[in-house]
Amino acid sequence: MLSSTAKNLYWMGRYLQRAKTTARLIEASQRMVLQSAGKEAEGVVAVFGMEDEFRQSRGQAQRQGGRLDDLIEFLAFDETNPSSIVSSIASARRNAREERNNITVDVWESLNGLWLELTARLRRNRATLDRGALVEHVRKQAVMVFGAAQVTLLRDEAYNFFQLGAFLERGDNTARILDVKYHHLLPDGRRQSEQLDYFAWSEVLACIGAVRTYRRIYRSALDPAKVAELLLLRRDVPRSVHHCLWMVDLNMRELADAYGTRGEADRLAGELHARLRYAGIDRVFDTGLARFLGGVRDGIATLNDEISRQFLLD
Amino acid sequence: MAARTFDEMRSGADDAIRAPYQGVASWLDSTSPERLAATRQEVDLFYRRHGITFGAYGAAEGAETTIPFDIIPRVIAWDEWQYLHRGLEQRVRALNAFLVDAYGAREICRAGIVPEAQILMNAEFVSMAQGLALPGGVHAHIAGIDLVRTGEKEFYVLEDNVRTPSGVSYVLENREVMMRLAPELFAAKRVLPVANYTEELLATLRSVSFSDSHEPNVVLLTPGHYNSAYFEHAYLADEMGIELVTGADLFVDEGRVYMRTPRGPQRVDVIYRRIDDAFLDPLAMRPDSFLGVAGLLGALRAGRVNIVNALGNGVADDKSTYTYVPEMVRFYLGESPILQNVPTHRGDRADDFKYILEHLPELVVKEVHGSGGKGMLVGPTSSKAEIAEFEALLRARPGNYIAQPTLALSTCPTFVAQGVAPRHVDLRPFVLSGRKITIVPGGLTRVALKEGSLVVNSSQGGGTKDTWVLGPDA
Repeated sequence: MLSSTAKNLYWMGRYLQRAKTTARLIEASQRMVLQSAGKEAEGVVAVFGMEDEFRQSRGQAQRQGGRLDDLIEFLAFDETNPSSIVSSIASARRNAREERNNITVDVWESLNGLWLELTARLRRNRATLDRGALVEHVRKQAVMVFGAAQVTLLRDEAYNFFQLGAFLERGDNTARILDVKYHHLLPDGRRQSEQLDYFAWSEVLACIGAVRTYRRIYRSALDPAKVAELLLLRRDVPRSVHHCLWMVDLNMRELADAYGTRGEADRLAGELHARLRYAGIDRVFDTGLARFLGGVRDGIATLNDEISRQFLLD
Repeated sequence: MAARTFDEMRSGADDAIRAPYQGVASWLDSTSPERLAATRQEVDLFYRRHGITFGAYGAAEGAETTIPFDIIPRVIAWDEWQYLHRGLEQRVRALNAFLVDAYGAREICRAGIVPEAQILMNAEFVSMAQGLALPGGVHAHIAGIDLVRTGEKEFYVLEDNVRTPSGVSYVLENREVMMRLAPELFAAKRVLPVANYTEELLATLRSVSFSDSHEPNVVLLTPGHYNSAYFEHAYLADEMGIELVTGADLFVDEGRVYMRTPRGPQRVDVIYRRIDDAFLDPLAMRPDSFLGVAGLLGALRAGRVNIVNALGNGVADDKSTYTYVPEMVRFYLGESPILQNVPTHRGDRADDFKYILEHLPELVVKEVHGSGGKGMLVGPTSSKAEIAEFEALLRARPGNYIAQPTLALSTCPTFVAQGVAPRHVDLRPFVLSGRKITIVPGGLTRVALKEGSLVVNSSQGGGTKDTWVLGPDA
């Protein structure tokens, strides 16, 4: 297999996951935006570290915050925003098209179908566009693409790279969401708040689609520390940072077995996985949640670079 | 040349069905027009669906169109094929001998047969390729020889294609489609299979590795998915189970070529390239090329990697060199040519040029380096204004043109809007040369779908047919 194939599959996984996260994030934020004073939109773009870009893209007229429609337009359908849903889907599709002979018809058709539908709807009259419905469509169809990959792709090195991309992106997304949302709600990083904003905390869970999961696991009222634990440390929650880095490590080990070599990327993947696996939420708060999350996100960024270096992706 | 158009199914005074077409004729007779139309719709559906898969390999949506496929096969009898096979093999052997000579001692020039300027002044001549000793003495590994038929025993070579001839994927796809749509046709006659082409191609490519110390690693080098033939590149690489690479996947280190893989660099021994000479190596050829690999020609000259087809093959297949090919057969092989050239008038010869100008309305005039049916004049179907316009071009650069009589290309029954009607066809067999020569039976039949049209190029409204060579017992 060529490095360019590995690279395309890796980025196809990343972009697809990014689109899915963004769609879910928009859906989760909609109610908050409606109920809040208008600042929430910036809280959402902050998850992507794009506050400046958002303000710039909205121009002079709407300096003071941003409305729901602006937010959705920017995060979902703005083709000049490289992280928007439509840009991410287009990138994932471009990667897939170049590897048309290395992926299955099911994966290609579900992804290409999503792209065709999305771009067709965006070409129609924007004034009558049901943005919420389209975001929901993207999220559901992205799940279908991942499902098609899960049930049809050959389990070879190409699959490992697809999984690496998807889980690295997903782990990073969840870490960002937790980082930004937690400190938005509890700016001083405390474990508890006297007046719990029930809606706000359930929205944090909704960002990774885990409201009911929380109930099943904890069978208790919403508690910020438990929310943090769920997003960060629960290995059985498929979007938790721990679960994602576990999967990254697993795929790295499969590649190492196939290639018979190990490098810095392998070491780092193992180290990151261990950091999450052996952490306890109390210790995390003792260190400081922000510091811990910062360290994990730096680790993920470094791992991305090491993967590129080790497997000649650049 | 036959005055009357030769129809490959019905010929002679009484329009009798020719023997090879018995099966097809009775199929056409026994199949209702409705059934034929339905079959044709199935084809469209099949190709559209299939075309989507193909299109997925290719460029942006709608950028590529599928070439129309005609459901009535073109049939070649066993003995006809034996004759063509011998002629093709002979011609390609001569072309390879010429290429070795053109980039070597140029004996043929010293013998006074081909002027040295024909080689050295040719725009396609690549001086970097001089003095190279290629494995097996093969330069034209994959040759597409365009043939036309004008009578029962009259075949002519229209042109040789020894750079990067394309179209073989249609040969393979058309057969697949035909077998699905009309299995009953195959039951009656023994049709020689073509599906082994990719296996033969891989064997050919492997046989021309410089190194025989290890299993050669063969890759297919494509310009990328914006290229119009990209689907063919992806298809062939897939079928051969080799990597489809772009220039960015390869690099040269210490005179060896490697491909980048997650395991680390992997040696490459043979490159089946589908990009033009000029773009192969930005260090040696066009510096602005992003398609090639820096240092590739150095690795070739060091005998570390073979490039297929070889560099500079254009000196053997342009339309002015074409006129010398029968002489090449005599000179290099000491044989008399089996396949004939179309009588050709050269614009760079004063007598010929005078003849061309006087007979423009009867002639087909082509650019020496032209391809794809563009930049040519078909005298009999052109208006006076078109002829006058072309004459101006001709006078400006006489040496840039050759002219041939308008051949009465044979026709084959073809399913068109009005029903089944004769349409003109040509044939491009693909000749593989490695340590041995292999020709998969038949080739690509192109058909001019417009009534009376002689231009079969797909870019000019041509279609394709499945091409059958019948077995010896049929």
